[in-house]
Amino acid sequence: MSESSSVGVVSPKTAHFSEPLTLKSGAVLPAFDLIYETYGKLNADSSNAILVCHALSGTHHLAGKYSEEDKYPGWWDNIIGPGKPLDTDRFFIIGVNNLGGCHGSTGPMSINPATNQPWGSSFPVVTVEDWVAAQARLANHLGINAFAAVMGGSLGGMQALQWTLSYPARVRHALVIAAAPNLTAQNIAFNEVARQAILTDPEFYGGDFYAHDVVPRRGLRLARMLGHITYLSDDAMGEKFGRKLKHDEVEYSFDVEFEMESYLRYQGDKFAGEFDANTYLRMTRALDYFDPALAFDGDLSAALKVAQAEFLIVSFTSDWRFSPARSREIVKALLENERRVSYAELTAQHGHDAFLMPDDHYHAVIRAYLERVA
Amino acid sequence: MSTPNFIQAATERRDFAAIARWIAPKSKVLDLGCGDGSLLGYLRGALDITGYGIEKDDANVLACVKNGINVIQMDLEAGLSGFEAQSFDVVILSQTLQAVYHTEHIVQEMLRVGKEVIVTFPNFGYWKHRLSIVIGNMPVSRNLPYQWYDTPNVHMCTIHDFDDFCAGHSIHIRERLILTDGKPVNLLPNLLGSLAMYRFANTLA
Repeated sequence: MSESSSVGVVSPKTAHFSEPLTLKSGAVLPAFDLIYETYGKLNADSSNAILVCHALSGTHHLAGKYSEEDKYPGWWDNIIGPGKPLDTDRFFIIGVNNLGGCHGSTGPMSINPATNQPWGSSFPVVTVEDWVAAQARLANHLGINAFAAVMGGSLGGMQALQWTLSYPARVRHALVIAAAPNLTAQNIAFNEVARQAILTDPEFYGGDFYAHDVVPRRGLRLARMLGHITYLSDDAMGEKFGRKLKHDEVEYSFDVEFEMESYLRYQGDKFAGEFDANTYLRMTRALDYFDPALAFDGDLSAALKVAQAEFLIVSFTSDWRFSPARSREIVKALLENERRVSYAELTAQHGHDAFLMPDDHYHAVIRAYLERVA
Repeated sequence: MSTPNFIQAATERRDFAAIARWIAPKSKVLDLGCGDGSLLGYLRGALDITGYGIEKDDANVLACVKNGINVIQMDLEAGLSGFEAQSFDVVILSQTLQAVYHTEHIVQEMLRVGKEVIVTFPNFGYWKHRLSIVIGNMPVSRNLPYQWYDTPNVHMCTIHDFDDFCAGHSIHIRERLILTDGKPVNLLPNLLGSLAMYRFANTLA
């Protein structure tokens, strides 16, 4: 990408909300902060705002760099910027770290003003609905009554869908990418293994490890390694790593022998060094609990009846964690409600991770859709 | 055998207008193999329909999104399992019949999902096609614009053939319209008609 298509150097802002927020679980957060970034300019009638919701391990840092020397840009820099599909010359784009996060929004690592200690294990379990409610407070704060679009991939797509249900009149378009109307049993199973890795790490201390000045690195590392296996397709792994060896010959040991292992260890270590275990537990739980059809006896069509937005649903052929069949369930329910909806099932090799990849056709579809979003 | 674009466009509009006459305003319409969505765009403008297209080709899906047409990317050959019975007022298969493999299954699926079905196809019995064969070449025309080696068409049929198909599958034809250059043909339709249009429903419905 050329420099001219970058949003350049950015910095986050923090908004404080002093009105208590009652969560779906019944717990009440007396006050909270949300850290967010914006790109582009909000127009005079505040009609050009796009909210981009992040997935499991994402952040509010969507695009740009924090300094010229910053090595990596935000996590969706390939699609956001001047002239890019999410065109910052036209749109005012917002990224926000979700409640319970570990990148600046109020979460388990934050100090609980009532105790002057980190929330830790006492931080409530949050849901997709809670995130959307908190994001709506941010929208109010920014003077945005209705979003031109709310979008996201994976867990972010679930938030985009929830927006159309929680605040139907405040979303004109929803772009739901590589998502699902709920998790399959297999998906919950993966999340449970990841949580068990963390919960059984002796350095987790029931979630109050901050006081012990340790981090449950082993648990986080395992959780992330497992996650990475499921985000890639067998083919993509085969192509990227195959059976390539780390060294010229095998060493008959349990050190890294294969490139695949090296990749997983690297990803696991990196993640364990920067992500909060309590946040990870809550993010995976939010995924597990998301199920808008539950209150309608499993009838997704009935659940989506309140939605007024127009939809673009996108899935990727090799995504087995959030398979195209799951996206088609959303499409079917929207069709039954006669909502305006388009569905692109993109041929992609990268598995679930494909939603982050700069594929030409994928980006062309997003660009074409957003060009109609006034 | 090239026809100027503006004549093609005018003929296409006449074909679309003929289809539109069979559809009630504000109907819920499903167009199978909708291409770039131009028929749905026309029907939306003319009749304020709620329309959805099904299309498998990436470039066509992108064109639909650009044109603001609701498009569902899927392969027709897999059937319409994501669609409830009798959930559309009209299901259209416009100039796509000849390109599908599982013809019987797709027609059955259309009858299941649509209260009414519209099928249009290029008449292989059209005299120009017959002449082409007599001369010794596979026909290439406005409605059959492909060379034999790169055609998506696998199940060509004549108007007689399709009449027989309907009779053999208990399909009750409500209306049939044969067009050449967008104009109705009443005399010797299987010989003089270039485009065949059928409107039918399940006999049970």
